Order: sequence, then structure tokens, then C-alpha cells
Amino acid sequence: MDRRESIRSLVLGSLAGSILFESCTDDHTEELVDKIWEYQYGRNPQELEVDHQLLKEQFFESSEIQMITTLSELILPPTPQGTIQQAKVPEFIEFMAKDYPPFQLTIRGGLMWLNNYCNRAYGTNFISSTVQHQKQLLDQIAYPDPNVKQQKFEVNFFSLMRNLVVTGYFTSQVGIKELGYVGNIPNLWDGVPDDVLEKHGFSYDDWSDKFHDPSKSSEIAEWDEDGHLIS
Amino acid sequence: MQIIEQSEQYDVIIVGSGAGGGMSTKILSEAGLKVAVVEAGPYFDPKDPVTQTQWKWPWESPRRGAGTRRVFGGYDMAYGGWEIEGEPYNHIDGTQFSWFRSRMLGGRTNHWGRISLRFGPRDFKVKDRDGLGENWPIGYQDVKPYYDQVDKLIGIFGSKEGLENEPDGFFLPPPKPRLHELYYKRGAEKSGVTVIPSRLSILTKRINNQRGVCVYCGQCARSCNLYADFSSGSCLIFPAQNSKGQVNLYVNSMVREVTTDQHNKATGVIYINKEDRKEYALKGKVIVLAASACSTARILLNSKSEKNPNGLGNSSGLVGHYLHDSTGSDRGAFVPEMMNRKFYNEDGVGGLHLYSPWWLDNKNLDFPRGYHIEVWGGLRMPVYGTGFNPNSLNEHLGLRVGGYGNGLREDVKRFYGSVIGMSGRGESVAMKDNYCEIDPTTVDEYGIPVLRFHYKWSDYERKQAKHMHDTFEEIINNFGGIPLGVKPSSGDFGLLPPGAIIHEVGTTRMGNDPKESVTNQYQQLHDVDNVFITDAGPFVSQADKNPTWTIMALAWRSSDYLIDQLKKQNI
Repeated sequence: MDRRESIRSLVLGSLAGSILFESCTDDHTEELVDKIWEYQYGRNPQELEVDHQLLKEQFFESSEIQMITTLSELILPPTPQGTIQQAKVPEFIEFMAKDYPPFQLTIRGGLMWLNNYCNRAYGTNFISSTVQHQKQLLDQIAYPDPNVKQQKFEVNFFSLMRNLVVTGYFTSQVGIKELGYVGNIPNLWDGVPDDVLEKHGFSYDDWSDKFHDPSKSSEIAEWDEDGHLIS
Repeated sequence: MQIIEQSEQYDVIIVGSGAGGGMSTKILSEAGLKVAVVEAGPYFDPKDPVTQTQWKWPWESPRRGAGTRRVFGGYDMAYGGWEIEGEPYNHIDGTQFSWFRSRMLGGRTNHWGRISLRFGPRDFKVKDRDGLGENWPIGYQDVKPYYDQVDKLIGIFGSKEGLENEPDGFFLPPPKPRLHELYYKRGAEKSGVTVIPSRLSILTKRINNQRGVCVYCGQCARSCNLYADFSSGSCLIFPAQNSKGQVNLYVNSMVREVTTDQHNKATGVIYINKEDRKEYALKGKVIVLAASACSTARILLNSKSEKNPNGLGNSSGLVGHYLHDSTGSDRGAFVPEMMNRKFYNEDGVGGLHLYSPWWLDNKNLDFPRGYHIEVWGGLRMPVYGTGFNPNSLNEHLGLRVGGYGNGLREDVKRFYGSVIGMSGRGESVAMKDNYCEIDPTTVDEYGIPVLRFHYKWSDYERKQAKHMHDTFEEIINNFGGIPLGVKPSSGDFGLLPPGAIIHEVGTTRMGNDPKESVTNQYQQLHDVDNVFITDAGPFVSQADKNPTWTIMALAWRSSDYLIDQLKKQNI
């Protein structure tokens, strides 16, 4: 069974016996398989069922998703290196609101707060306000006062949105590329590069004989009776 | 509904498949015994692509690796956590204990830190030094041959240092330190803190042709599909199944109690099959409990009979008592010199490359037991949480915190990998009044009475934590860092709640006196000679070390004794 088939059988397995099953046509099941196939990251059947349920639900209304998108673009404006759409930040925020329900009230209420503010101050809702007005508003809420213990709701709301947008971006394919992270591939670690060592004033010279030699890692280890490695 | 009798009869029934159960399975099955392994969670093989999280990118998860479903993050390989739906536990008198369980084949060995430290000569005889707690009935020389065998069988990297209480073993070569670890060493050594290569059960060199070699992805917590780290399944249970042994696995099977006959001999176990929710009876000549210190205590205490009104093996009344976990407290530091780092692949092994074993003599200090220091940081793979408070470190540079716009992109890049963390992990003093017991008011979803905990830290631990924090700050200042957050200066001095370090031991401690201990030195119940315990329950004291290597060495020793006793027909 290939991986897609394995996923498919897990999805079907998780559906069997649930009330969902009756409402699922074959087409619908295929759609779900596609959706879950996109997120293929090692779930057990119970977890897959949770993900499947969350992916099926929609929490934010489309107008709210629009606002989240606009706000996300103000937090991280598009650049040639990547956009919040490429990073699927709005989808990520939608998912997190369902996965961690305490976010729901803060985000939904915060979006309304933005509209209320804009309607009062500028006579239009947030999305229809000019970029200049939107930024004027953000300037009020984007800088927590370090001398205040309990921040106002709108400041906390914006901090949450900034956290979700920035983490959503830098955990995406474009974001990780932009950051410059180059791991998560099989590697032969042989220490910090020489130029970096030198820049920070370090050297392995004093103790290098203790460390492993990547060229010998495939030879089967043997020791003398005192535990000295001899291979 | 009646109890369903399984027709198969076993020489040995092993309850639990973690470090202790895995080792017992391997040694006993390879001695020709017919073994049943009963595990409360599902089958798990790190190689299975369907459940594999290793090498996944954060964007492959809709939650980007957030810890909403798995407490150490969505990719961590523990099915469970401190809270498990349907399996509650309670507390007495408002005390605290956090109980981590991982319900899967291999248990917590699938995700642990692989820090594999031998207990030293002093660790087995702590009472001789400080008059507290109890000595073990055995010493380092009794366990040394087994540590040697475990080193060779499982594989561990490290370096020969000749330190008295940190015995050397049969090591594979350690990996070179990463940049943040070099900073740590620079700062620690200025304060006279010993720093040596860490000792982790990860294969930096091949030890056989069945297991792979580390590829330095830094993801041991996700359980290695190359079998290059130690997990009980990949290193003990699968090899046992593949060799001549007769091993039958019973997964999703939650053991409730050990059954006994009129001669007070154990006859088997009763378990609940989680799939059909029915009770099954399994018969065995010998029972090995390795369900974890607290789960094993729970099974014993729930195994009540006319002859054992307080539970099996509990004539001393000590089952559940002397529960103790490692102490833990942490501190982070921002290192301005490490801003704007050059990126290179610094994943390394899944854990620290350097650490500090306990370097002082408690005779000169106001607390009795030591601690070791673990260090963390580096250019790790981004995951949910990366970029939270993207420029909070501006505070230390006299710059404004907060804002929006593309400056945030530069903030994330500027600060990436510029924070170093230190974790102190210490020895607590085993106390009779720290315990778990059956809570008659609550059952789990399988109808099994649950545990309730009574656990308090004492000034021994608080003073140790205070010392940790003084040391952290000194080291941070030495390496040019700025300590983050506030140094805890009162109360528990930043001690994490008991159970948080997941090193709980001591609930069925070993000893020569049946009135003062639950098992003998071979981890055989004083009261019932065909029941053995090979998890960390029999630990008399836990040392400032992680318990896994000692669990396995002792499980091997206990298994050898059991085989010998069976040969001599003493059981």
C-alpha cells in the first residue's frame, strides 16, 4: 500500500461508524482525502479524525477572512521573497482558531473592534479605510507599553495576530526559504564552519581527537576491553 | 459480561513496552521463554510512513507543529501527555504532581532526550554521605557489567573523562559542539563548571547492520526511522521478535490487576482490550511489571485479594511511597554577539552536544544533592512559535518593541539563533510522604480506579534550585549574555512542579528488609516470588542523572536473575 492509499484507508477508517459517514458521498470522501493528503504528517487514526473534523468546519466568515488577510498584509507586506497568501497564513489562522478555541473570541472580537474603531474615526469599516487610516489605527495598538502590566484588549489582540502571522509566515515554505534555514535533510555534522568559529573566537583544536570522524561512521564499532574505540 | 480467558499460556507476561519492558522482553525471550508483552497503547514502528513525523516540514501540518494535540508539539512522538482524555488522576491536599504517560509501543522511549547517564558509585550510597533517604542494597560494581552490556547493545556516544561519579563506558565518538554550546562552555568554565561532551544513545557510528547511523537532523524526539537512536521498539522489541524468541504483543490492552492463587502466587493479569472494551485474563508463570513507576504501583494497589487486602506486594505498606522526580529549573539568555548569524545546517543530534555533570561537593553547600546542566539553542528548524514576539529582544538594545511591517521580517532573521537556554536537572530527596495511592472516588474510562498524588518539594530542592539560578546567571554574564525574564528569588525558586521532568521513580523501592522495601535487589517482590518490576519503581534514589540507562541495566540484571531462578526451579 502506498502512502496515499494508507492515508485514504485511515480516513475511511476514521469515518466508519461515525455519523459523518452517512453524509459523505464518495466524491466528498475523495475531496477530504485530497485535503488531508496535503497535510500528511504522521497522524494516528484518532488524531487524523480530529484534523479531518477541523478541516471540514469553517469558523470565520468570508468577511472575517478578508479582514484577516488585510491585517496580515499590513503586518507582513508582500515582497518578492514571499506573501502571506503564498505562506497560507489566513488558512493557518482559520485552522488554529478551531484547534485552539480560546483564540476564537479574541480574534472575532478584535476584528469587530477594528471595524468599530474605523467606523467611528473614519466613517468606514476597516477594509474600506485607506491604508493611511489603517496604519494610523495600528500605530495605536502595535506597541505594547512596557510600563503597563495589563495591556488593553486591542493591544493583546494585535499581539496575538502579529504572533500568528509571523509564525505562520516563517513556518511556511517561502518563509523558511527567506529565513535561510537549511537543515531538515540528511547531513554529516562536522562542526561549526571555520569562518564562524573564527568570528566568535572559538576553535576545536584543543579537543578535536575526542570527536567523531564522519568518514568512519559506517564502520562497525569495536572497543578494547577498557572501552577504547578501536575501529 | 464475563472475563474472557485467553487460551495461550506464557512463561512470562511483561506489562509495558518502554525501556524496562523492552529490555526484559529481549533478554527473557532470547533465553527461550515464551513471552507476552501487554501494552496499553497501539503498535508503533518509527519506520511506518503513515505515522512518521521525522523530516516533515512545519507547513505539512495545518497547525504548523503547534502543541495543541501533542504537548511537546505536533511532531513529538509521544501519544499521550500529562493529561489523557478518559484517564484522569487526582491530588491530595492541593499538592502537585504532573504524570506524563505515553500510550504506544515503546512508550516514552520514542520521544525522550536520549540522555544516557550511568549512576556512579556515590549515587548508590547517598545516605552514607548526607544521612538522608536510604542506600541502595547494591553498588556500582554490581551494575557496571550491565551498563557495559547496555552500552554495546544499544549504542551511546560520549567521551572518556575519568570522573569519579560519572563512570565512563563503551562510547561511540561524540559530535562536535554547536556554536551556542561553545559559548556555554566559555561561560561555564570561567566559573569552574565542568563541561564535557554529552552522553546520548544515538549512533554516531554503526554498531550493527540492523540499525542505521545518525544523519544529524536533530529530530530524535520524533523517533528515528533509521533506528539510529534508542527507542524500545526499534532496539529491543523488534530485534527480540526477529531473533529466535517467542514474543506475542498485546497492544491497546490496559492491565488492571495481577491475579493470584490460594498460595499467593501470581497466575496472570487481567486487562481491558481498548478496542472491544472487554476484560481478558492472560495466564503466565511469571509476571514482570514495567508499566512505569506510577502505573506499576497502581496495578499492584488495584490487585487486591483476601490475602492482599492492601494490594499485591504491599505488606510493607510502601507501594507508591518514596515517589520522586528530578528537580528542574530553566533560564534563557540573549547573546548580542550571536545576532545576525550566518546560516548553516546546525541541526546536529536531537539533543545537547555538551553538558555539565555535577561538579561540586555538597558537603560544602547548604543543600544535599547535586544537579547537571543541559544547554539548548541553535539554528533549529522553525516551528509554531517561531517569530512570536519577533522583536521583544529589542528591549535589551534600547529599541522599541512591537510594530508591524517588513521590519518584522528583519527582526526574525536578526535574532534567529541568538538565545541560549540552560536547564538544571537535579536529584531530589526521596520522602515517604511523597506518594501515589488509589483514589476510591474516581475510575478511568476502563473502570479502573485511578491514582491520586501527594507530593511536596522540600527546602533541599528549593535551595538546590536557588543555586541553579545563581549559577545560570554567573555563566550567562561570563559568556556575554543578557539573562531573560526574572530570576526566581522566593517560593520554589523556579522549580518546575514534580513530575514535569518525567523521571518519576521510587514507588516500589528495593532493599534487603521487607518491612522497608517492596522488592529485593533483583527487583522481585518480597511478598510474591514470581512477580518482578523492571521499570524505575525499584529505584531507591534517582541521582542527578536521567534514569533510562539504569532502568535498562537493572532490567537486564533482574532478567538474568529470573532466568537463573527458573533454571534452578526456585520459582
